[in-house]
Amino acid sequence: MWYLCVFYHRLLDYRKPEVESLAQLFGANEDHQNGRVPSQLQWKFPLRYHPDSPFHFVNLPSEQLARNIATRSILVKGMYELWGEGTSYEELKESVLSYPDERKLPYLDSDSTFKITVDSFGKVISLEEQKELIQGLSYIPFKGRVKLKNPDHNFWLIEVDNYGGNNGLPPIVQKRVFFGREVGGADRKLIPTYQLKSRTYLGPTAMDAEMAFLMANQALATSGKLVFDPFVGTGSILVAAAHFGAMTMGADIDIRVVRDGRGPDCNVWSNFKQYGLPMPVGLLRADNNLPAWRPSLKEVFDAIICDPPYGVRAGGRKSGGRKLLKGAVEPYIVPDDKRTDHIPSTAPYSLVECVHDLLDLAAKMLVMGGRLVFFYPILREDDFAETHFPEHPCFKLISTSEQILSSRYSRVLLTMVKTGPYTEEIAEVARIKHIQFKENHVKWLEDGNLHSAVFSPAAAQLTEAVDPKFIKDPKPKYRGKYV
Amino acid sequence: MRLLTHNMLSSNIKGVVNGFPLRIEAEKVVEMNVEKNIEFLKKMFEKIDWKAFVDASQAMGYTELPKEADSSMLNSDEFFNRFHHALLELHLEEGALVCPETGRRFPVNKGIPNMLLHEDEV
Ligand SMILES: C[S@@+](CC[C@H](N)C(=O)[O-])C[C@H]1O[C@@H](n2cnc3c(N)ncnc32)[C@H](O)[C@@H]1O
Repeated sequence: MWYLCVFYHRLLDYRKPEVESLAQLFGANEDHQNGRVPSQLQWKFPLRYHPDSPFHFVNLPSEQLARNIATRSILVKGMYELWGEGTSYEELKESVLSYPDERKLPYLDSDSTFKITVDSFGKVISLEEQKELIQGLSYIPFKGRVKLKNPDHNFWLIEVDNYGGNNGLPPIVQKRVFFGREVGGADRKLIPTYQLKSRTYLGPTAMDAEMAFLMANQALATSGKLVFDPFVGTGSILVAAAHFGAMTMGADIDIRVVRDGRGPDCNVWSNFKQYGLPMPVGLLRADNNLPAWRPSLKEVFDAIICDPPYGVRAGGRKSGGRKLLKGAVEPYIVPDDKRTDHIPSTAPYSLVECVHDLLDLAAKMLVMGGRLVFFYPILREDDFAETHFPEHPCFKLISTSEQILSSRYSRVLLTMVKTGPYTEEIAEVARIKHIQFKENHVKWLEDGNLHSAVFSPAAAQLTEAVDPKFIKDPKPKYRGKYV
Repeated sequence: MRLLTHNMLSSNIKGVVNGFPLRIEAEKVVEMNVEKNIEFLKKMFEKIDWKAFVDASQAMGYTELPKEADSSMLNSDEFFNRFHHALLELHLEEGALVCPETGRRFPVNKGIPNMLLHEDEV
């Protein structure tokens, strides 16, 4: 059945992938009349609507599924069984009247309670007008009792008219009114509850709560699953996964971040305790360039979610720096008396190498069908359509969601599904690449060109663009993806 | 550090062939109540190296695990309780994980194993 799916008008690129992911999550164990939930849902727009508008239709096999998706989502304002629509209130009436009675009457009966909400997109409807509009619906035989708090049935009258240019959308071609019964909507209270401002332990790159929830949804985090973040930092992504019931595990190269925090009640653990969430099942200090997983261990994580260390400010480090930075050919030997308290030095970790390691780790450690969800930075000068995202023989890229951060710089949330096993051949190719990276690294450093060795020319500009100093052009041509 | 994590880690020092299992030196072990999740335990049971797990639980002072285990035991509540307790409720707060081949100690501090290698170990 087709449902009207109205989104919050924000993070436009993230909206459909979220619904599709949640359809997989809830559809996987459900037996629908139409069989399995397809990996790509059918979508359509109201007549002459821009794809970035909040109004979509989505075809879902059951109301239960539609409800599950909507209530777990972050960006679905409401999912509705549409009873009628039109370009005017007269047309709406005709449309509602011709909608089959057997679909309407069960929700109108005298034992039930209900509420009608008048909503609009981009314009304000006064309380007076709202009352009138509701009275205008008298052609619908409501027999139930009005109840404003927690009614059995929620009905919505939604008017979309000239909404002006403030939302990044092209002007509307035609007014449209919808009337429908709500099936479910996002619990946006999650966002103030989990907002970073209220977090006891924060770092400069802590993931904002809304985005962390979106990432956890892309990763299909749920009870009984194990989710890993190899760049865990303050744990903000895992907090979202734990909220959805997943078991979590994290690693970071920075021991102060992962072990010490800012004291006994201000650290990664306390970020979970604060919300009454189960603690991560494991936190460790480890270098993603040299993971310490036992070689016989495979396919243990259901999802890997992370914000890898890109750029200079939160740039990656990996083990083994000092000897390289000094350009010494002989490896640096840590003197025995300094061993226990020795802090190993680290070398810069390039974007390509970091992504290579991440894909290799995920290919080996994810279960089949498991998901890898991570941010990837791009320069906006690159034609988005031509951007080459990382590829791996074990993975299928299923969604790319761009978030524009400045006039030149975007980050794209990539969601990949593990579709092929990690074979010996793949492992061997990865091993050779790992060694090449290491050799190249030494060579680059010997050439004395540290900066360009770490970032390719494109990436070098990119790190520049992150710096607020470089964010000019406050009015880019198309600002849809900013919202 | 819980024994689930221990069971997943090995010493990855350059040249080490058999870095698993890491021997546990326990200085401080704490117990915490964790809600039992059967589905999760079943999945982890498939991944656990049982012998290493039993030895590690002994090093932490817990001796109630059977020496051998197979999936038929997953029908027993008693088994689940013990497995759950050893896997998730015992925490190594302070101590070390010792590489079986080189004797290198990876310290565990405030519950966090430090698996980072020194410059001459990579
Ligand atoms: C962008 S931050 C992630 C922040 C995290 N999402 C949070 O909520 O705090 C990247 C993290 O990767 C860590 N890191 C950098 N290089 C690493 C490496 N080679 N292995 C593991 N972690 C690394 C940094 O210490 C930093 O905490």
